[in-house]
Amino acid sequence: MKNLISMRDLSKEEILYFMEIARKIENGEINPDMNRKVAALMFYEPSTRTHFSFATAMKKMSGQTITMRGSVNSSVSKGETFADTLQTIAQYADIIVIRTAVEGSARYASEIVDVPVVNAGDGANQHPTQALLDLYSIIKTQGTLENLTIGVAGDLKFGRTVHSLVQAMSDFNPKFKFISPSFLKMPSYIKDDLKEKNIEFEELEEIDKKIDELDILYVTRVQKERFADLEDYEKAKGSYTLKKSMLDNVKDNFKVMHPLPRVGEIQTDVDDTKYAYYFPQAKNGVFMRQAIISILLGGLDETIES
Amino acid sequence: MKQLKVDAIKNGTVIDHIQAGKGLIIADFLKTGRGNVMMIGMNLQSKSFGKKDIIKIENKTLTSIEMSSIALISPKATITKIKDFKIEGKKKVELQNEIESLIICPNPKCITNMDEVNSVFYVTQDENNVVRCKYCEKKYSVDEIKIRI
Repeated sequence: MKNLISMRDLSKEEILYFMEIARKIENGEINPDMNRKVAALMFYEPSTRTHFSFATAMKKMSGQTITMRGSVNSSVSKGETFADTLQTIAQYADIIVIRTAVEGSARYASEIVDVPVVNAGDGANQHPTQALLDLYSIIKTQGTLENLTIGVAGDLKFGRTVHSLVQAMSDFNPKFKFISPSFLKMPSYIKDDLKEKNIEFEELEEIDKKIDELDILYVTRVQKERFADLEDYEKAKGSYTLKKSMLDNVKDNFKVMHPLPRVGEIQTDVDDTKYAYYFPQAKNGVFMRQAIISILLGGLDETIES
Repeated sequence: MKQLKVDAIKNGTVIDHIQAGKGLIIADFLKTGRGNVMMIGMNLQSKSFGKKDIIKIENKTLTSIEMSSIALISPKATITKIKDFKIEGKKKVELQNEIESLIICPNPKCITNMDEVNSVFYVTQDENNVVRCKYCEKKYSVDEIKIRI
């Protein structure tokens, strides 16, 4: 595997291979060495967390990073094309991590440079490193990815994180509960895919309605800007805010996940319960990104069993 | 003698077995306002299709890009070359799995609409004729896309 662009490109075996390498890195069984390797972190769109997570992953393996932020103060503002910028950066770096608002830009980047490219989010399209760290968090807490009941709450219409997650979980016979205000429902092209694959799903408007059936509740942010009327926002807010009092009868293995940052979708009193998993989830992101970088740059003894 | 509803042509191309209602879309992108005589028959009776559209264009041979576009819009259409009122060759249009450059991605945030990147679409071979952009990965039905001519 040379690039990581979309979850669509990964087979079930490849997904599980990423899980295995992340686990071995976390346990200290393997210790990839990126000494003298440079990762270029090209962030055309700001993302503190994803940037920090990649930078930490690289530094933990004794590697170095160079960073480009936004298009201000860079050659982009001087009129250089995206392709030229990439080809130049590819002369300096061993691997390129790219984040943009333009959909398909990571795929395009992978076609024009020789070094591996990692998609760190391309607009509303894909965010595969987030999907893989989410899957890693699920397998760590549940012991398996198979046959789980997963609630996905928040902005299901525009949230690429949830789209990638649903797509990635589809190989593992899940049941989904989609919880959102009616105008932020899961898009029909994703629901059609699920129907094609005979995957069971249900659409709900209240977060606590079927919470006792869930193994995982994946909460995402609902942005105020999505609402035409702020009054509607205030009204709707209550129906997808997770509170401690809703957790009285949840399953013992139940975990709450969130890609962060949260803005009130999970009340802070949930943090002290054994069900809160969003901060460990962020930590898992570093192990997963170490795994991704070392798999793409090679140097691991392991190979994918075909 | 059988009466033709759409006049025969001496030289040119007949696009037959077009799904009823799609004839005008095909006529539109073939842009034969350039002078070729074009006749369009709509909702004609067909034994195997029920209703069909038909297009006859004088003095024109279709390019392979035009043929793929027709395949995309009406997969069961047939193309017949006519020379001196006689059928010279007849074939069904074929849909390629991958269509390069032809389709304009309807997604304004797609890189193919921002940079000088050739669009590539994958076609799903089913009744619905859905295409998916290689870059932004969005799926569109054939009715939603625009064709670059």
